[in-house]
Amino acid sequence: MHPNGDVLLRVEGIALAFGGVKALADVSFDIRKGEIRAIIGPNGAGKSSMLNVINGFYRPHAGSITYKGRTARHMRPHQAAQAGIARTFQNIALFKGMTTLDNIMTGRLLKMRGNFLLDALHVGPARRDETAHRAVVEQIIDFLEIQAIRKVPVGRLPYGLQKRVELGRALAAEPDLLLLDEPMAGMNFEEKEDMSRFILDVNEEFGTTIALIEHDMGVVMDISSRIVVLDYGRKIADGTPDEVRRDQAVIDAYLGVAHDGGKGA
Amino acid sequence: MHILYAILIGPFVTMAREPAFLIEVLIGGLLAGVMYSLVALGFVLIYKASGVFNYAQGTMVLFAALTFVGMLEAGLPVLLSLIAVIAVMIVLAFAVERVVLRPLVNQSEIILFMSTLGISYFLVGLGQILWGGDVHPLDIGIPSGPLTVHGILINQLDLYAAIVAGTLVVALALFFQKTRVGRALRAVADDHQAAMSVGIPLKQIWVVTWAIAGLVALAAGIMWGASLGVQFSLALVALKALPVLILGGFTSIPGAIVGGLIVGAAEKLGEVFWGPVIGSGVEDWFAYILALIFLLFRPQGLFGERIIERV
Amino acid sequence: MLYREVGQFRTSYAADQAIFPIRQDRIGMLALLLVAYIAVPLVANEYWLSTIFVPFFVFSLAALGLNILTGYAGQLSLGTGGFMAVGAFTAYKLATAFPGLNIVLVFVAAGIVTALVGLLFGIPSLRIKGFYLAVATLAAQFFLIWLFVKVAWFQNYSASGVITAPPRAVFGHFFVTGPEARPAYKYWFTLTFAAVLALAAKNMVRGATGRKWMAIRDMDIAAEIIGIRPLSTKLLAFAVSSFYIGIAGALWAFIYTASVEALAFDIDRSFQILFMIIIGGLGSILGSFLGAAFIILLPIFLNNLPNQLGLHVGVALVTNLQDIIYGALIVFFLIAEPNGLAALWRIGKEKLRLWPFPH
Repeated sequence: MHPNGDVLLRVEGIALAFGGVKALADVSFDIRKGEIRAIIGPNGAGKSSMLNVINGFYRPHAGSITYKGRTARHMRPHQAAQAGIARTFQNIALFKGMTTLDNIMTGRLLKMRGNFLLDALHVGPARRDETAHRAVVEQIIDFLEIQAIRKVPVGRLPYGLQKRVELGRALAAEPDLLLLDEPMAGMNFEEKEDMSRFILDVNEEFGTTIALIEHDMGVVMDISSRIVVLDYGRKIADGTPDEVRRDQAVIDAYLGVAHDGGKGA
Repeated sequence: MHILYAILIGPFVTMAREPAFLIEVLIGGLLAGVMYSLVALGFVLIYKASGVFNYAQGTMVLFAALTFVGMLEAGLPVLLSLIAVIAVMIVLAFAVERVVLRPLVNQSEIILFMSTLGISYFLVGLGQILWGGDVHPLDIGIPSGPLTVHGILINQLDLYAAIVAGTLVVALALFFQKTRVGRALRAVADDHQAAMSVGIPLKQIWVVTWAIAGLVALAAGIMWGASLGVQFSLALVALKALPVLILGGFTSIPGAIVGGLIVGAAEKLGEVFWGPVIGSGVEDWFAYILALIFLLFRPQGLFGERIIERV
Repeated sequence: MLYREVGQFRTSYAADQAIFPIRQDRIGMLALLLVAYIAVPLVANEYWLSTIFVPFFVFSLAALGLNILTGYAGQLSLGTGGFMAVGAFTAYKLATAFPGLNIVLVFVAAGIVTALVGLLFGIPSLRIKGFYLAVATLAAQFFLIWLFVKVAWFQNYSASGVITAPPRAVFGHFFVTGPEARPAYKYWFTLTFAAVLALAAKNMVRGATGRKWMAIRDMDIAAEIIGIRPLSTKLLAFAVSSFYIGIAGALWAFIYTASVEALAFDIDRSFQILFMIIIGGLGSILGSFLGAAFIILLPIFLNNLPNQLGLHVGVALVTNLQDIIYGALIVFFLIAEPNGLAALWRIGKEKLRLWPFPH
C-alpha cells in the first residue's frame, strides 16, 4: 500500500439530484495511486451514487472529476472503461446466460482488436486474441480459485461465487482504478475473509488502486488506507481508519443523533 | 423538388384551402381513434396486471364478434346472445389463466408473448370452425347514413361506435381508480411480489383482467363488425391499435386514450391527404412510422416518466 | 453409440476453444455434412429436395438471422418478413439490371443491402427496448411490404406484382433458377449457403462479437460499464441479422418458389420465423435448424394425418384444425421446454456423456 502516492482521481464539488431529491451535495475527495480507499456511510448516504458518478453512469449536476490529470464534468461509461476504470456492483450485474469463462472474457473485450468479420472467419487477430486473452483469463480464474465453475452459466452459481466471478470480470480489464460496491454484502464470515484476501492481493500484487463501499466496519478498518464518510449526500469525514473511528460527526451519523427525526443507520 | 413539395408542403396547402373538409376528416379520424383507444386499453389492462403483451387481443376481437354473430344467426335474441358471448369470454379468461398463464408464471416476457401468439392461432382456428370463415354481416340497428352538422358530414356508425367505446373507456378508467378490485389491479401492476405479500390473489386478478379485456374485445368486435362485416380481417384491424401503445406507453391508461385519438386522427389525415401523393394503403403503416419518429424524441412515451436506471 | 470423452484431454486453450471440442461431435458433424452433400441428393426424390430440403435451408437461414438479433443480442424483432422481402426484391433488381453478375454475388449484395436497411430500422433500439422495440419493428414490416406492393419499380412494373427469377447458373452451366434448373443443383446451392453462413454465425457467437451481443442481452447497463458501446453493438446485430435474413429472402424468391409477390413476406412470415427460434431455442445455432425443421414438417404431418387415419375432412376444416393444433402446440412447447429443442438435445447429450451412470 502506498497511501502517499500521487493522486489518481480527484472529485471536486460533486452534486447530483434525482428530481428534487439530492443524492450528493458538494462532495470532494481524492484517491491516490495504489491505495485502498473506502467510502462508508449509512444507507442512502449516496455511496453508490458516488461510484456511479465516477464511472460515468450518472452525470453530476455540478463539480468536476480529475482522473489521471484530465479534468471533466462527465465521462461516458465506456470512456471510463477505456481509461482503466472497472467496477463491481452492489446487486451483482453479471451476464446470467453466459458461463463464468465468457463473463470474465467480456472483461477483456476492450483489449481485443478483432471485428465481426474476422470473428466470422475465425482468422487472424480474432483467433490469436482469443487464445492469448484466454491465457490471461485463466490466470484470473486460478487467482480467484474458481477453476471448477469455468463452464457453468453464472445464473446457476451461488451468491458468493457470483460475487467472485464479478470481481474476476473487473480484474480481467486490468484496471488502474477498481471500484467495488459492497463486495462482501450478504456473505458469511469465511466468504468475507476470502474476499478481503483477494482484495488485498489484487492491491499488492498488481498495484491496483481500489475504491470500495462496504458496511462491515471491521473489514473496512482492517483493509483500507483512508476512508471517506458520507451522510445524506454530504462528506462528513475523511481520513485514516483511526481518525475516522474517533470522529464525532461519524459517530453521530451512525448513532443517528445528528439529524432531526433520528432516522440514522 | 416536385416530389418533396408534394409530400412535405402540398397536403398542408390542401388542408388550409378546405378547412371544412379538414375538420370532417379530423372528426372521422378522432371517432375511429376512440375505437383504437378501447382496443389499446385491452392491451394495457393485461400488460399492467400480468406483464403479458397480449398479441391475441386482436384475435379476441374477431372471436368475440364471430361468436356473437354466430349466435344471432342461430336464432338467439340479441340480449341472450350478448349474455352468452360475455359468458364465453369469461370462460376464455379462466381457461387462459389455468392452461397458459399459470404454468408459465415467472417465465420471461418473450415466452409469455409467444404463448399469446399460440392463443391467437388457436382462437382463429376455433372461431372459424365453430362459425365458419365467411364474411358475416352484422346489423345492430344503427342507421348507417351520414349525419350533417353545420355542413360537416359525420358517419353515424362511427359516431355511435365512438360513444359506446368512449363510455366503456370512461367506465374502465373509473373502475380502475375507484373500486377495490381496481386498486388491487393497480397494486399488482406496480409489483407482483408486493401485491401477493399483502394478500392480493394474483390468479383471480389475472382472470378478471383477461375477462375485462375479453369484454373490451367484444365491444370492439361488434362495432367494427357492424361497419366492416365480421371477418378475419377484424383481427388485423386491431393491430392498428399497437402504435397507440408505443405512443401512450404499455402501462398508461390516459396514454392509451390520448394515443388512440392521435393515431386515429393521424391515420385518417395520412390516408386522405398523403395517400393520393405517395400511394394508397398508407394507413397500413402511417401510424407506425409516426409513432416511431415520436419515440426517437420521447422514448418514455406520452405520459411515461423518465426512467432512472439504477445499478 | 459410445459418447464418451474419457481420455480426450485438451492441452491448449486453442483446442478447448475449438468449435467441437469433443471428438465424437467432430466426427458426427463431418458425417452429417457427407450425408447432406452426397447421400441425400442420391436418395431423396425431387419432391423431398425441392419442397422439404430447400425450404428447410432457407428457413434455417432466416431463423439463424433472427436468432442472432433476438436470441443472442436480445432485441425482439417482428420485422423478419419485411427484411426477407428486401433481400428478395434487391436480388431481383440486381439480377435483372446486371444480367452478367454472378448469382452468388447477387445474393451477397442483396444481403448487404438488407443489412443496411436493418441498420436503419435498428436505430430506434438505442432509445427503446423490449416490446416497444418489437412494435417499432412492425413499422418496418408494414412499411416495407407496402413499399414493394405499391412501388412498381421494384417489380420492374409487372402487372401482377409478382417477380420471377431470371435463369441463372453457377460454374457456367449448373442452372439454379429458370426452366433448366434442377432440384439437386438448387439443393446444393442452398445447402452451401446454409452451411457456410451457419459456420460463420457459430464463429461470431463464440467469439468476442457474440460475447458483446450476449452481454447487451443479459444486462445492457453492465455491458456499457465494462466498455461495450450499446448502440454499435446493437446496430451490428441488426446488420448481421438482416444480412442473413436478406439472403434467406433472396433464396426464397429465386431458388425455392422461383416467383413470388411481396405478400409472401407478410407479418405471418415474421411470426413463423419467430416460432422457429422459440421452439428451436433462443440463442442457439442448432436450435435455428431444429426449429425450422419442426415448423416445416408440422403442417406436412398435419395435412397427411387425416389420410393416414382414413378420415375424409374438408380443406377448410383442415386449415382451421391446423391453426388450432399449431396454437396449442406452441403453448405446450413453451410450457414443457421454454428453452426449446436445442435444450432438449443438450440435456440428452449430457445424459449420454455420463451414461450408464445417472449422476
